[in-house]
Amino acid sequence: MLQHDYTTSQLDVLEAEAIHIMREVAAEFERPCLLFSGGKDSIVMLRIAEKAFWPAPIPFPLMHVDTGHNFPEVIDYRDRRSAELGARLVVASVQDSIDAGRVVEETGRRASRNRLQTTTLLDAIEEHEFDAVFGGARRDEEKARAKERVFSFRDDFGQWDPKNQRPELWNLYNAKIRKGEHIRVFPLSNWTELDVWDYIRREGIEIPSIYFAHTRRVFERDGMLLPDADVVQRGDDEPLFESMVRYRTVGDMTCTGAVSSSAATVDEIIAEIAATRITERGATRADDRASEAAMEDRKKEGYF
Amino acid sequence: MDILRFATAGSVDDGKSTLIGRLLFDSKAIFEDQLEAVERTSRDRGTEYTDLSLLTDGLRAEREQGITIDVAYRYFATPKRKFIIADTPGHIQYTRNMVTGASTADLAIILIDARKGVLEQSRRHAFLTTLLRVPHLVLAVNKMDLVDYSEERFEEIREEFTQFASKLNASDLTFIPISALHGDNVVSRSESMPWYQGPSLLHHLEHVHIASDRNLVDVRFPVQYVIRPHKTEFHDYRGYAGQVAGGVLKPGDDVMHLPSGLTTKIASIDTFDGPVTEAFAPMSVTLRLEDDIDISRGDMICRPNNQPQVAQEIEAMICWMADTTKLTPRTKLTIKHTTRTARALVKDLHYRLDVNTLHRDETATSLSLNEIGRVSLRITQPLFVDDYARNRQTGGFILIDEATNGTVGAGMIL
Repeated sequence: MLQHDYTTSQLDVLEAEAIHIMREVAAEFERPCLLFSGGKDSIVMLRIAEKAFWPAPIPFPLMHVDTGHNFPEVIDYRDRRSAELGARLVVASVQDSIDAGRVVEETGRRASRNRLQTTTLLDAIEEHEFDAVFGGARRDEEKARAKERVFSFRDDFGQWDPKNQRPELWNLYNAKIRKGEHIRVFPLSNWTELDVWDYIRREGIEIPSIYFAHTRRVFERDGMLLPDADVVQRGDDEPLFESMVRYRTVGDMTCTGAVSSSAATVDEIIAEIAATRITERGATRADDRASEAAMEDRKKEGYF
Repeated sequence: MDILRFATAGSVDDGKSTLIGRLLFDSKAIFEDQLEAVERTSRDRGTEYTDLSLLTDGLRAEREQGITIDVAYRYFATPKRKFIIADTPGHIQYTRNMVTGASTADLAIILIDARKGVLEQSRRHAFLTTLLRVPHLVLAVNKMDLVDYSEERFEEIREEFTQFASKLNASDLTFIPISALHGDNVVSRSESMPWYQGPSLLHHLEHVHIASDRNLVDVRFPVQYVIRPHKTEFHDYRGYAGQVAGGVLKPGDDVMHLPSGLTTKIASIDTFDGPVTEAFAPMSVTLRLEDDIDISRGDMICRPNNQPQVAQEIEAMICWMADTTKLTPRTKLTIKHTTRTARALVKDLHYRLDVNTLHRDETATSLSLNEIGRVSLRITQPLFVDDYARNRQTGGFILIDEATNGTVGAGMIL
């Protein structure tokens, strides 16, 4: 890690920055939590939390907004990993929000619980009185995210106001809020998709199996490969076929597409990503295709 | 591979977006689906060329109005380095955004239109980047194709800017003639300007030496968080976590704790991955000390023979960032400096600086949005400070409005 000319490698700089952000939050907030979905970004974030407070345990709980449409492999991983760390896992369930009449399930072939998650998330933040919520979002993912602060203020409706963000200078983060408001904190803001994978390789962190190439029954919709699953509604004009695929992002089964791939190791995944000419969200997310400002609009409402 | 953070200043007219678009495109950081979306939007609007500024303008309001409002961060990498671009708006009403982008930058690129030469705006950008102590400055003289790649014109601009910059104490100044549109001297050397012997812009970005820009002399370790595991295995463990803000720390070094003034030695420098033999900026580590001293967040660890100033009265340049309120004498604010938060009272406003002419208006009674001035502050508890010129981490601070909780000021200690 150290060289005599005191240069620091890219991953070490990013890691040091993320650790600093996490410690600021632990020091300045009463009740932080870390959003942990079992996706690669939240896996990296969790490893950073482990490092930031070592040898003490992670001083905040983990939370997952479970749509009920998640991949079973990822839920297994989520439970195993939180147990390993001895962390408390809060599961906020979209099904509970539906049952309680807080949200109404979408219908039709393209029905998705993606948008419903926002209500479940905000309700859980209110219920547990979380004042800081770590998210694994990166600025390179999407252009609305490219503008977002590391400490991103949310009003008491959970809303983001992109035109009225607090200036953020040096490594000085403003943690001041009133009761009922909260801050979304993004320690991986300056990481790219490739940095995340390089870090997973360097740290030798286990990841859910669906990130690696496997044979899966899929069908094609809008150029994306969607999985054969009970929760995914498939039309007669959408025939199933077997294909060698892997997932580049992990979201709901209803709106996360697989990519054709034979990458069976982290090294092969990195080689594949380095060569790809399509962004991860463009390749795999139906939720972002709605319009040019789809993410900005969802974020304003309080989405991740 | 290390990271270079750079800020770009300029308006759309200077070709800033075209330049960023080219750097991203030529380094394969723009993906096909992003480019398709931009081409589609450009076509829908009847634009003749693919408008690369659509790539960087992320908010709906920005796309609708065709302007950059806020700082956008962009990422690309070459085999030599990873780059983080803080793309900042150039217009005077967005001075605070430029200050924000420059605060963490190792280098700033100021774009000048070769036809127009050094404008008021270019001088303002140069002033702000030197005020924020961005260590390296690149003057990219753009649109050289529109002045017939004239060496004479380039030299004229270089001369004029150098003269102005001598008033600023700008550190490392590099001039590069480019055409962002045609790619001259952006990624590779231009054949149209054989008279130019220097590096291309990208080559300069890849090779500019930044490791020594950090302060490796004055040991500064603001205590961020105290780690006490309360586990049998680490029963008596007490570690002081933080990010090194200056100097090089080694186990066995004599250190002093502020505010107590007590001295002890570093017992070990811990990380999750094991103890390390030295720590320097920007590493995040945990120190264990040989003696039991009462240390908490906001304290400072330094060397007995090299201490920061312990100050309750500070002199600083302030950039005011609030939309509605003004800074006036007697204003009370929250100040956050390294890991210490206190209250500050504005004792005096000495002058307001005209960011275009550098004229000091000593009759000024307030600072409004985007205005910069010199103030005296009185703080409720001592801060451990250095001149901003010597250390950006221990010399910079933010001011927070106690009523709105907004970040309303950025300060640089003199």
